[in-house]
Amino acid sequence: MQEKPNLDYIEALAAGEEDFKKKFINILKEEFPEEKEEYMDNLNRDLPREASLNVHKLKHKLSILGLSESYVLAVDHEEALREGNREYEGKFLKILENIERFLKTI
Amino acid sequence: MNCIIVDDEAAARAVVAQLCSQMDDLDVIEEFPSAIDAIKFLNQHQVDVVFLDIHMPGFTGFDFVQTLKNPPKVVLTTSDRNFAIEAYEYEAIVDYLVKPLTKERFEKCLQKVKNALVKQPVQTGDNGQAETGQDLYINIDRRLIKLKFDEIQLIEARGDYIDVKTVKETYRVHSTLKKIKEKLPENIFLQIHRSFIINFTKIIDIEDNSVLIEKNVIPISRSNRPELMRRLNLL
Repeated sequence: MQEKPNLDYIEALAAGEEDFKKKFINILKEEFPEEKEEYMDNLNRDLPREASLNVHKLKHKLSILGLSESYVLAVDHEEALREGNREYEGKFLKILENIERFLKTI
Repeated sequence: MNCIIVDDEAAARAVVAQLCSQMDDLDVIEEFPSAIDAIKFLNQHQVDVVFLDIHMPGFTGFDFVQTLKNPPKVVLTTSDRNFAIEAYEYEAIVDYLVKPLTKERFEKCLQKVKNALVKQPVQTGDNGQAETGQDLYINIDRRLIKLKFDEIQLIEARGDYIDVKTVKETYRVHSTLKKIKEKLPENIFLQIHRSFIINFTKIIDIEDNSVLIEKNVIPISRSNRPELMRRLNLL
């Protein structure tokens, strides 16, 4: 079963500041789709090394959303892509879709 | 203290900015998604600390540090633990934070930055006077104290510190003789022993293998004696 994203880290960071929480979630909602799109574009153009840089940035968002298991896979995927290996591509895409769904609910 | 944040990821900048806002004495004066813009800013502004992402497009955090002539204190922020050892090879880098950042770790980091600023070695000031070579600024408890070269009598190595002796006072500074020697004018100062640099205009007399400056007797090492004798206006 896929792990669920959560807002625990953001809540802790906000320390009760609702304005910050809203602002930060808006940043995620804006930035995540752009990063995902760039990642997909690099894969579609068969540029795995460039895609690994996108994964590097995306994995920070995984940790922000409490996706610790997914983060481990992202680390492997980033390293594999750097070597031109796309074996984790499918699993990573599911993680991205999981986040995409979650961001629509908050 | 003031700081800037350099990271091409907006969420990462927001995290650092939020943590900074929770600290008592830290102001974010600017945020940069681009390393190049940050370097331009640093060339024109005095900044205490830079929170810097290692991975940026076309530029690593290490490139960034190497580019700066007089880098401020730098805290690297990264999702990658693999660069920690390399980070500590740079004097300017005082800490290495792995994302996602936490408040507890950030507080420890800030303490490291403060300690590093206090221990900042001897430096010349960046105003016009220092550039004329008439004086030297030393960092004592985060205060930059100006000393005129002709006030300094001698400098003595004391382990990780040096004692800068003037007529009125002795200042203990976290630095080395080698570092301060680079800042001193050669026409006045001379190293006469591995532990001493003297202002040879202050010499009262020279006897055998020692010189007297005020009440201080300073040894002359055999290897440095010929250069001292060459500099003196001997009759």
